[in-house]
Parts: sequence; C-alpha cells; structure tokens
Amino acid sequence: MLRMIRLMLAVLAGLLSLPAAAQTLQDILQENPEAIAEPSRRTVGETLDRILASNLPEVPLFLERWRERAVYRRVSDGLFFYAEETEDGYLLFDISTGAPAGGAGRREISALIPNAGVRGAIATALIEFQLSDPDPARRAAALTAITRDPSADHLDPLRESIAAETDPVLKARKERLERILTARFDADPAARIAAISALGHDTGLESRSVLNQILAASPQVAAAIPEGENVARILEPGGADLSREAAYALLVAEGLAPPVPTAQDIRNALVAAIGEGRLPDLDPSSLDSDAARAAAYDRLVAAGSAPPRVTDEAIDAALEAHVFWLGYAEPDPAVTEAARATLDRSLTRVALYQTADIGLDALSLASIYFLAAIGLAITFGVMGVINMAHGEFIMIGAYTAYCVQRVIPDQTLSLAVALPLAFAVAFAAGVAMERLVIRRLSRRPLETLLATFGISIALQQIAKNIFGTQARPLTAPSWLSGSLTLNDVVSISHIRIAIFVLALIFLALLLVVLRRSRLGLEIRAVTQNPGMAASMGIDPDRINMLTFGLGSGIAGIAGVAIGLYAQVTSEMGANYIVQSFMAVVVGGVGNVWGTLAGATLIGGLQKLIEWFNPSNTLAAQTYMILFIIIFIQFRPRGIVALRGRAAGV
Amino acid sequence: MTWFLLALALVTLGATVLSQMGLGLISTSFVKTLGKTLCLCLVAVAMDVVWGYCGILSLGHMAFFGIGGYAIGQWLMYARTEIIVTESLRQSPLPPTEAEIVAAVGSQIFGVVGSSEFPWIWAFADNLLLQLLMVMLAPGLLALIFGWLAFRSRVTGVYLSILTQAMTLALSLWLFQNDSGLRGNNGLSGLQNIPGLDHLGQDLLSVLFLWASALALGGGYLLFAFVTSGRMGSVIRAIRDDEARLRFLGYQTEHYKLFVFTLTAMVSGLAGALYYPQAGIINPAELAPMASIYLAVWVAIGGRGRLYGAAIGAALVSLLSSWFTGGGAPPLDLGFHVIHWTDWWLVVLGLSFVAVTLFFPKGIGGLFDLIPARRPVPDRQGAFGPDRGARRREEGVPE
Repeated sequence: MLRMIRLMLAVLAGLLSLPAAAQTLQDILQENPEAIAEPSRRTVGETLDRILASNLPEVPLFLERWRERAVYRRVSDGLFFYAEETEDGYLLFDISTGAPAGGAGRREISALIPNAGVRGAIATALIEFQLSDPDPARRAAALTAITRDPSADHLDPLRESIAAETDPVLKARKERLERILTARFDADPAARIAAISALGHDTGLESRSVLNQILAASPQVAAAIPEGENVARILEPGGADLSREAAYALLVAEGLAPPVPTAQDIRNALVAAIGEGRLPDLDPSSLDSDAARAAAYDRLVAAGSAPPRVTDEAIDAALEAHVFWLGYAEPDPAVTEAARATLDRSLTRVALYQTADIGLDALSLASIYFLAAIGLAITFGVMGVINMAHGEFIMIGAYTAYCVQRVIPDQTLSLAVALPLAFAVAFAAGVAMERLVIRRLSRRPLETLLATFGISIALQQIAKNIFGTQARPLTAPSWLSGSLTLNDVVSISHIRIAIFVLALIFLALLLVVLRRSRLGLEIRAVTQNPGMAASMGIDPDRINMLTFGLGSGIAGIAGVAIGLYAQVTSEMGANYIVQSFMAVVVGGVGNVWGTLAGATLIGGLQKLIEWFNPSNTLAAQTYMILFIIIFIQFRPRGIVALRGRAAGV
Repeated sequence: MTWFLLALALVTLGATVLSQMGLGLISTSFVKTLGKTLCLCLVAVAMDVVWGYCGILSLGHMAFFGIGGYAIGQWLMYARTEIIVTESLRQSPLPPTEAEIVAAVGSQIFGVVGSSEFPWIWAFADNLLLQLLMVMLAPGLLALIFGWLAFRSRVTGVYLSILTQAMTLALSLWLFQNDSGLRGNNGLSGLQNIPGLDHLGQDLLSVLFLWASALALGGGYLLFAFVTSGRMGSVIRAIRDDEARLRFLGYQTEHYKLFVFTLTAMVSGLAGALYYPQAGIINPAELAPMASIYLAVWVAIGGRGRLYGAAIGAALVSLLSSWFTGGGAPPLDLGFHVIHWTDWWLVVLGLSFVAVTLFFPKGIGGLFDLIPARRPVPDRQGAFGPDRGARRREEGVPE
C-alpha cells in the first residue's frame, strides 16, 4: 500500500516536473549514487523503491543488468553505464536509451558488484516485472523462481498480476501459487485459513511442503509453558519422540542445566592436567579404565579446575523439574489446526494414490515375471525338467532384437521384426537343445538340471565373447518413450504399459492354444499322463520338442521386453531366472493360471517390500525369498496345484 | 580309502619337503593353491554325500562354506585390527580404556560402510573359541532349520534344488547390503595375516594351513566313509533310490536326510574356515548361487556316489579352471580365430559338463571301475549311475 502511495506521488511529481526536462533513470540514480555503487542489504530496499517509483520503462532492464553485474560507473563523473568489453577497453551505452556513449579505458570505469543479499533483493523487485512480462516463458520462469524460494514480498505482485494473465495454464499456476503464498505469508489469519483449506484438494508436492512448513515445530523446554505458546503436544523425556539424552541436551542448550562432561571431555581434561603437572602424584598408565579416570577427574573438580560430573540422579531431577513440549513456529493456533487437518486429509489422498502407483508398478513387474516364467512353467509341467538355460533364451531374444536394431534403423519397424524373429530364434535354439540334450536325459531330472546349467554357462560366455561385457542398449520407438502421468504421485512409463499389454496378449494366446487347438489338447494329455497319451497315438517326443520350443520362444519375447526397459547384457537372463523359478514354484507347475498367480504374487510382494523399505532393493529380494521358502511349507505344490490323477502320487 | 589317504599324505609331505628344507622348489602361492584345493575337495566330498549318496541336489553348500569363512574371518579381522589399534594408541598420553579400543576397532572395520558400531552379528568376534564354534554351528543351524522346513513338507527333487538355490541367493543378497553388518560387498579382507603368528612368515603359515587342510580332508573323508557305510549308509542310499518305498518300510526318512544335510553343512563350514585364511579375502560374491552350482559340476565330473571321485573332480576342475582363466594356458591358434582360454574356458567347461552328464554319468571316478579287481557290487550301483532315485514320480508327474 505504502508503495502504491509512493508510486502515485512519484507519478504526481513526474507530472509536476513535466514542464521541466523529464527525469531520466540516470538522474534518479545520481540523486544518491553511492547507494547504487556500494549497496548493502539494509539500504537497498529504499533505493529499489525509489527506482521503481520512477515507473520508467527501462527500469526492468537496468535491474536485470545490475543484478548480473553488468552495470559500470565512470570514475571521472560518477555516471552509470552499460558496457561491452572490447580489445582495449569498454564501449559504453547509455542506461536510459541504450545508445552508444563513447568508449572508456579499463581503468576509467569500475563494475558494480552487488553482493548476494543485494542481488536477491533486486531479483525480488524484478519478479514483479517478470510476472507481467509479455513473454509467457519468462512469466513461467518467474513462477518457478517464486516456487523455489517463496517469500512474503512476492504475494502482492503475484496477486496484481493474476487479473491480467491471459494464458489459462499460467493463470492456474499463478492462482495455485497465490494460495500457497497466502497460506504461508498473508497477514490476515482468516485469509490464511481459507487458503489452507483450499489446498486440501491439491496433492502436489508444493502444497504439502507449504503445509509442512506451517506446521514446522521444534522441541522446547521451560519450567512452565509460557503464555501464548502454540503447543503441538507435550513431550515425555525418554519417550519415543524425545530421548533422555536429547531432552537433557535441550536443557543444556537453554542454559537450564550444566553440561555433562563426556568421556572425551574427561580424557581431554586429564591429558591437559597431567601436561600442566597439576596431578603430580598420579601415574598416567593407571588411567586405563573409566572408573580410574572418573576418580582422577573428581580430584580436578575438587580443585575447582574442571566442571563437575553430573550424576544420573541430577539429570533425572533436572528433567523432572522442567516441562518439554513441541512448539510450532507459527504463533496462531487456528492456522496450525487448519493446516494439520488439511495435511491429514491430503496425506490420506496421497496414500491412496501411492497405493495405486505401487499397484501399477507391481502389475508391470508381474507381467515381466509372467513372460519370463511361463515358458519355464510349461516345460516343467509337460516334461518335468527344470531348464536352467531358460534365462539364456531370454538373453538370446534380447540380443536378436539388438542385432535387428543394428540392421533396421527405423525403431518401430525393427521392433515389429524383432518380436517374431526373437521368438523364432529362441524357438529354434530350444528345439535344438531338447533334441540334442534333454531327450537323452529323460527320466533323470536332476541331471537335466545340471546339463542345462552347463549349456547356460557356455551360452553366457559365448554371448560375452561375441558382444563383449558392456551393456548394449535396446532403444524403444519414440512413441514408447514417454510416460503416462496422472498427478505428482501416479505415473507409469509407456514401455511398462506395452509390456503389460504384451503379457496379456501372450496369456490369451497361450490359453487359446492350450484349450482350443489340437496341439494344446496333446500337450495337456502328455502333461497329465504321458504313457496313456502315447498309447492313444500321441507322440510324446514330438510334443516335448514343440512344448520346449514354445516355452523358449516366449522367453525370447520376454527378452525383447526386458531389453527395452533394462539393458542387454550377457547376464540379463540370470538376473530374472531365480524370480521366474519362484513364480513357477509358488504358482504351481504346468498351469498358465498358476504361473500368472505366482508372477503376480512375486511382483506384488517385491514392490510391497520395496515400499516398506524403499532404500534397499537387495533387502526386498532377501525377504521375498524367505517368504517363498515359508510359503512352500504351507502349499508345497503351489497356489494352483494339479488335483486328481494328474497330481501323481 | 587307504589309497586316497595315502595319496593325500604323499601330496602334503611332498609339498612340505619341496617348499621348505631350503629347496624352495615350490612357491608359497602354489602351496596356498594346494591348501585351498584340499579345502575345496573337502566341501566336494560333503556335497557328494548329500547328493551322490542321499540324492539331495543341494545348491547351497557353497553358502555354508562361505558362512564358515565369514565366521573365522570375523575373528581374524577383529583380532588383527585390535592389535594394530592398540599399537597406534600406545602413543597417546593416556592408556586406552577397553571401550576406546572397541570403538577404534569398530571405526577401522566399519569405516568403509559408513558406520563404526559393532552389529549384533559380531558379538563373539573377540573370542577365538566361540568364533571357531560358530564356524560349525552357524552353517549347521541354518541347514537344520532350512532342512527341517523343507523335508518336513516333503519338498524333493528339482523343487528342493530350486529352494536351496533361493536360500543361497537370499543369503548372498543379504550379505551384499551395507547394513548386514558384514561390510557389504567389501567383504572381510586381510585374512591371510594370522594375529599372533605374524612372526612365522607367510611361507611357513602356508605350509601349516596345508597341513590343517589335509588333516581336515582326511578326517572328513573318514567321517563320511563311516557315515556312508554299514546300515546307516544303506538307508541313505535307499533314500536316493526310492524314498517312498523306504518310508513305507517304516523309516523316518526325514530324520536321515536332515542328519546328512546338517552334518555336511557343518563340514562345509569347516572347509570354508580353512579356505579363506589362505585366500585372504571373502566377499558376498563367493556365496552366489553360481558357486554352489560349480560345486555340483565338480562332483558330477569327478563321479557321484564315490567319495574319492568328488575329491578328484574338485581338485582337477578347480586347478584346471585357475590355470586356464589365470592366463596360464597358451592361446590356441585355429587359423581363422585365436582362442584365448580366458574367454573360452567357461564354454569348454559348460560343454564338457553336458558331455559328462550325457555320456559318462559315472564321471572320472568311473574309470576306476575299469580295473577288473575293482568291479562294483552290482546291486548298489544302478545302470544309470547313482541318480535313479530322483524320479519323475517324486515331482507329481506319473511315469
């Protein structure tokens, strides 16, 4: 308000002095040139007000240059200029008109170097202009600057600029920012409370952080709670919020109790005393226990050369005699109450959104595990063998896609080629492995496990020899690179959605193949009873081979999917194989639904544990595996167990 | 058995004579390699008992081996750091209190993971006797709990293998964390310096450890030969061949399996405790599931179901591996491509492993059967090698 009046006065003064020469910016600066040349944080406010009051159009540019340390003062006459450095000096420009004003040698002018505090004040003054700048980008930048470092000074300029704002997006941002600033800085408590309540509909990070700032509280101590203190709650020393040590440290900090000499203090005091010869009869080598040191220290205390030790009883008495409470920095209880209520509401909403976000994450992880595990589950179900090289089929699929990408530069097309090709290559590799190794080891599942492990080592090392140890990127097409963002909390990348869709497609495809096709009928027959199936004219060897190929092919597809959001390395398969085993074991063998359930459980569990302990994915995996070991205790055959005669013994 | 122990004694004595006696024909590092190989033989023999005799393909015995190494490593590291810290605190004006020494040791050991407090897992680290007990007790207890859970719910065959692998993975992931209390992926280091025996020098220490390893291997061999012979041995082999039938005959097969699993885990822990002071460093990568699978590979190549086979397999494959991957083998020029063994050894190993399972299920040990005087008694050795027990019927798929 004051500024408005001053502005009007200045305009009036300007009008009055109009008959004389119009006052230029240079004239205003020259009224008190020292305030410009040598500004301090304390005096710059007045200077800025004077400059702003002139209402001259060149003021914003001047302030900006001043802040950027691009204003110079000529030593001879004290005039201010903008300057441009040349080879042998400076070219000067008039600060009012920007017209060239001759040159100057290096020693004839000096740069104005405002300190950080002054530059901050200038920046605040500038924001007023930037908020109404014709360029929307600069207006947005000003809003970002305020958001980063809000202060009470910004509130008035922000409010003034809202009415004239034409851009609807910026207008919404300004209104939101105005609410946030009002909630924190407005002089009128009623307005603050209204703004705080309005923030409840906002799940953004800024609104939560402003509420937290209003609710900032620190532990306080006194003999009794003073009048007018805004108390959040009373603290109990030794309770969950305030340990005994912290409470006593608070007393010491407030000067209400003597400090406790630490073991280090006692040691230092003794070392000093021995060094000065104050304990001549003491043998230093006897001081090798805390008790001996305490006794020696007490002699120093008795001599008055050290602060006394504080006994536990004294500490208890001091804690007993004072009251501890958590006090808000904000004095108005109505405001803190409103903020607390709003924050609670907003946190509930955020928690709901977070649950949704974790659910989405878990779903996408589950779809990856499903793709990786389903092939394993089918082969295990039909043939009773564990394929330790399954992870390497994932890797083969991923490297196939990488090679395709090298040949076909168009990413969409290369992905379209890579998916079927990865399936085909992995299918062929799987069929070859079944014919060459696994068929010869039928009825010896443990040996099959080890033989496939040998293949796994060999394939991994071969891939390492061909492609090197460094990770190869698999670039997703640009239409897959973004992410779907609902608000500050919920977002999911397009690739993960695509993988989810891919998993759904393969789930449907497998169900159709297994339920409706001749091959599916035969696979189910061999799964349930290979001997009987063989006597009905089904060739189990052929079915085994095709099933193995199918499982491997899907692993190849999974490899492409994993490669798109992680990277392609020779060890990528090994990283997923144990989780895939888990999904199969937990879900139950030889059943698509079982694997789906297993993969969902594993994915969901992993994300859930990560959420409880977000800093530590390793711990998440550890706990998940422990959970699975215990889970097997209760359902040894998995979630969806085969029943009846198919279940065997 | 006699032959095996004789060969073991010969190797140990030979290495001692050649490295000491002022001859210096064998370097200290080779003596260490020999000692380490004997430890690996011991864990392989244990693995053979649990897999070749009892039919449990455990992919967790290298984890027990690692636990033993960690247990002894804790004491080695603590005691050595304590000596160093006490030495450096001697210069200070006041003699240190016990609390100060412990704090200084803590910040020395845990500085790398940004901590200085001793976690609960180091409670006995200052006591050699207790820590030596932990070498056997910690893996034994883990095996007992895990085995009890698994055998009780009748998890068998490949399911059990996967489950043991999961256990191993969980353990190594846990150790990889910085807040596990065992220095995360830094592991424990400086283990080759034995506190209090520094004056002996590494060349003498290496021979001492070689002797200790040889004694442990000999003792373990005798123990397992005893376990796998007689009535007990028959029951254990019967579990491998047809567990269901044995159960119907009234045997508590779970108890036998639990006994074998736990005993072999404890011996593995002992082997690890002898191995890592010779290796000098242990970190969580040593416990990765891969290591346990390699152990199975050694046993399979050496020949399951015979103790000497496992020892031969472990010695041969581990020595060959370090020769090939250490760059000891000359590159092979094929004309169109030069084969560097550091790159291709794993391929050869993997494929030869497939070949052994396909064509020589009895492994190297099977060669001994070619000696006419040593033909095995037919009813104890099946036509497919000793692994017929883990049949498909056990996995819920009828034959």
